[in-house]
Amino acid sequence: MKNEGIKVLQRKKKNVLETWMKFQIADEGLREDLMSNEELRAQSMELLDSFIKILSDENIDNPKDEAFEPVVDILSAISISRAKQGFTPRETGIFVFSLKDALLDALQQELKDPQELFIQSLKISKIIDSFGIDTFETFIRGREEVILRQTDEITEISTPVIRVWDGILALPIIGTLDSSRTQVVMENLLQEIVESGSSIAILDISGVPAVDSLVAQHLIKTVSATRLMGAECIISGIRPEIAQTVVHLGIDLSGIITKATLASALKTAFLILQLQVVKRQINNQ
Amino acid sequence: MEKIPILRMGDLLLVTIQVDLYDRLAEALEADLVQMIKKTGAHGVLIDISAVSIIDSFMGRIIGNIATMSKVLDAETVVVGMQPAVAITLVELGLPLEGVLCALNVERGMDLLKTKIALKENGLATDPDGDIE
Repeated sequence: MKNEGIKVLQRKKKNVLETWMKFQIADEGLREDLMSNEELRAQSMELLDSFIKILSDENIDNPKDEAFEPVVDILSAISISRAKQGFTPRETGIFVFSLKDALLDALQQELKDPQELFIQSLKISKIIDSFGIDTFETFIRGREEVILRQTDEITEISTPVIRVWDGILALPIIGTLDSSRTQVVMENLLQEIVESGSSIAILDISGVPAVDSLVAQHLIKTVSATRLMGAECIISGIRPEIAQTVVHLGIDLSGIITKATLASALKTAFLILQLQVVKRQINNQ
Repeated sequence: MEKIPILRMGDLLLVTIQVDLYDRLAEALEADLVQMIKKTGAHGVLIDISAVSIIDSFMGRIIGNIATMSKVLDAETVVVGMQPAVAITLVELGLPLEGVLCALNVERGMDLLKTKIALKENGLATDPDGDIE
């Protein structure tokens, strides 16, 4: 015998969808700026269709049943896309939980026996709650993906390699230098050295807030790698406080050319390349 | 067994490594090269590793050794064309090849070698950090 509740839901699918849409539209948190009503309707219909089609005697008691996988997949996709569009968790939550209200509403109208109604309501409740948890898990994963992507972008943006002169590259480092950033800095710098055929690289650390022994280690690594590529590396923008810490920590930078300002580093670079900046003499004729 | 050719060009020796080095090959190269320097009395050695895409600590040490041995035999060594990934690997392995001259490509390496040799022949002291003065 087929479960009464399932039969009701299959019969009343259209009504459930209408009630669900009504609940969603009635909610204050509806974001018409992010998603049109038609789009919302299409999403709701897809989810409901798949849910009611899969719902059967075998799986109604077990919200974790494998048969629900397609439904969970649809939910995950919706949840992730919502996270990326900038919906709040509350708005995404209401999307799922208002379905429960709509389903229970339909059951209430059709099932007359109170005990049967209670049992069916409980089962449906359990399943939707489990869906709710899945939705939040994927929602948070979606947000984390966004954060991760932004972190990557910041790392990319914050390590530009600039060609200041023919054969001279400059690399201003802004922010703390940790191992993953050192890796990016090194890769970008070495790649640019190969592409531009530069023989001098200036590492400007005026934007680095503090230099500890680990950061110094990373700087030394970058300088060594640059040398292996056949280019000379100059570290510039060393603030007095940084000079103090470096000496106090006993870090040996004697093998590296260090300059206080980018200007003096550039001057040194010109000297090494045997270039000369000369003020033009204007002849008074 | 495979062998890495060592070419003679005037008083320079040219070694171009076109395959990925393995341990036996690297050891053979080391032995061949010192023999060759002795035989030809070369003043400079140019090692092109632009085709080497994989390197380990052993290979890094062999390259360092070759440079030091050539120096002992009075020949300057320049390693040219190191790939960025190889350079990063060497540094991460803690082998920054101190004392080995490096250049971006063969052309620059040649210039560097010639400058070094000229400096030496003119009786001037060679500067240790490889700057072109």
